Amino acid sequence: MRTDAGTGARRPREISYAQAVREALREELRRDSRVFLMGEDVGIYGGTFGVSAGLFEEFGSDRILDTPISEAVLAGAAAGAALTGTRPVVEIPFSDFLTLALDQIGNQAAKMRYMFGGAVRVPLVVRSPAGSGTGAGAQHSQSQEALFCHFPGLKVAVPSTPYDAKGLLKTAVRDDNPVVFLEQKLLYKVSGPVPEEEYLLPFGKADVKRAGSDLTIVTWGRMVGLCLEAAERLAAEGISAEVVDPRTLVPLDSGAIVSSVAKTGRLLIVHEAVRTGGFGGEIAAIVADSAAFPLLKAPIRRVAGFDIPIPYSPVLERNAVPTPERIEAAARDLVGRTATV
Amino acid sequence: MIDPSSAADIATAAEAGTRLGYPESVLEDLYVRMLRIRLFEEEIHYHMSRGRIHGTTHLYVGQEAVAAGAAANLSDRDYITSTHRCHGHAIAKGTDLGSLAAEMFGKRAGVCGGKGGSMHLADPARGNLGGTGIVGGGIPIAVGAALSIRRLRQDRVVVCFFGDGAMNEGAFHESANLASVWGLPVLFLCENNQYGVSTHVSRSTNLEDLSIRASGYGIPGRKVDGMDVLAVYEAVRDAIAYVKTRGPLLLVAQTYRFLGHSKSDANVYRTEEEIAAWRRRDPIPGFRDRLLAEGSFREDRLSDLEEEVRREVDAAFRYAQACEEPGPEDLLGDVYAD
Repeated sequence: MRTDAGTGARRPREISYAQAVREALREELRRDSRVFLMGEDVGIYGGTFGVSAGLFEEFGSDRILDTPISEAVLAGAAAGAALTGTRPVVEIPFSDFLTLALDQIGNQAAKMRYMFGGAVRVPLVVRSPAGSGTGAGAQHSQSQEALFCHFPGLKVAVPSTPYDAKGLLKTAVRDDNPVVFLEQKLLYKVSGPVPEEEYLLPFGKADVKRAGSDLTIVTWGRMVGLCLEAAERLAAEGISAEVVDPRTLVPLDSGAIVSSVAKTGRLLIVHEAVRTGGFGGEIAAIVADSAAFPLLKAPIRRVAGFDIPIPYSPVLERNAVPTPERIEAAARDLVGRTATV
Repeated sequence: MIDPSSAADIATAAEAGTRLGYPESVLEDLYVRMLRIRLFEEEIHYHMSRGRIHGTTHLYVGQEAVAAGAAANLSDRDYITSTHRCHGHAIAKGTDLGSLAAEMFGKRAGVCGGKGGSMHLADPARGNLGGTGIVGGGIPIAVGAALSIRRLRQDRVVVCFFGDGAMNEGAFHESANLASVWGLPVLFLCENNQYGVSTHVSRSTNLEDLSIRASGYGIPGRKVDGMDVLAVYEAVRDAIAYVKTRGPLLLVAQTYRFLGHSKSDANVYRTEEEIAAWRRRDPIPGFRDRLLAEGSFREDRLSDLEEEVRREVDAAFRYAQACEEPGPEDLLGDVYAD
């Protein structure tokens, strides 16, 4: 998909992450009449971040449902609807608010299939934007993906590009399990190549966003872009970083992570979420348990959000989560270099 | 077995001589549904007290008229959502007793493959969307099922069972409000059994009449005597007629659980006298007396029915105990659908 302009091949069109999500929704709403979208302000308002703009006009109030501010019943009603023959997509305006729906997501939707001995399918998607960087403070800025990875029965997607967001969301809508789809609010306006023709991306298949040989950086969501920029600067210093984006944390492509680490011998994990209990710890443990462990040339490193709520001040907020400087410093440290600039 | 002599008070209703006014098949159906629940749960109580069933259980004894009277109005196409006290709902909705008993024993042949247990009985083929261990947790699910009915333009209804305790959960408030705003076909059926574990409803809710909460959501609220199966049957029948065309309704059934909240409950928070007073209103012998007074059910016919249900329950428990345990190969499956 990443056609090089220099070769003269036709460049694919570029659209924003928000447009990519909207396209996925539009295509799935057109394809399957059982699919519908509900959430706070998803109708004529177009969604808190404008993601659903235009869908109400095309599909009407029967398919695009504005709701009261009632996250618990939204998630629970999605589960009930999913059990009974429809395929709901729920938008929750900020992923922080998912805690209000956590019983319905984690105790009800996630567990139903197992508790009921496999007798039901629960095809629902809860979409919600995650991440800091908007100055909205501690309750509108979190990255809580690890929380949802801790409920067997849920799938968890954390797309980092418009291309991934579209392909993964279409897969999520067709999946017969509850999917927590964590969009990245700072990426909504970022554009990238997305083909005109339909495509789907499988869950549980990592994407090597950049090949390299000296260290593996495993990262997801908004941090992928930061790590790619860091990798570019590190390359100028002669450090070759491979950037592996799992794209979905549940299911997780452990094989791709382990193979990359076996090749490079070094692992740096970067996530925006707070360090303690973050999913980076799980990835470190998977590698420590794997055949790649004896091939490690250095200890596994994590660069993560500090163990603090996201602060308001832009100076503080920027430094609460991984910065390019911290990522690069950790990478240099891992390969035994000090900064050359 | 039911002892009709213990229900002298109820006989007064029958002595009033009111004809029940229903076909015998309807009356028999109501009686059998209640009996199935009572005898099934007495067996659970027996086996649990002997350590043959592990875990805990929340028995429905005393509340049978609510599940039976409600479910007699429903077909397999209609949905229910249930609670932690879910045996009665599952039985009334028609799930095979053998597979329910097998679930209680944790067997592979159980209705949930031995993975759900006492609080998670579900039978989607019969419209039972399952019990939940979280108080109020099933209420939003009911709203979602009603949303599917609306979106798929089906002629179905959802009966959402929950207790007086669940009425103070946010899930109830959010659900009643959303169902009302969208006019969804869901009957909120509150079984006010007077206690949330040990806390009497008067100490958890500052209302004499829980049904007036409905007005806060712009929906009708009604009450019914939950110890009278025919009253429940009629109230639910009328409520469903309303719900299918006009949207949600709250129906509060006044009832009582004769046994403890769960197996570990020593009943220290209520008096023997209170329990005895409610037991005099036991819905099963009470209804039996009314059937006899009606004249169309003779003693021998009721005895035959009771024997038949007794045999069915005994067979279910024999079957359940003989079933295979699940194996290690069952442990990891059913988390995700393919």
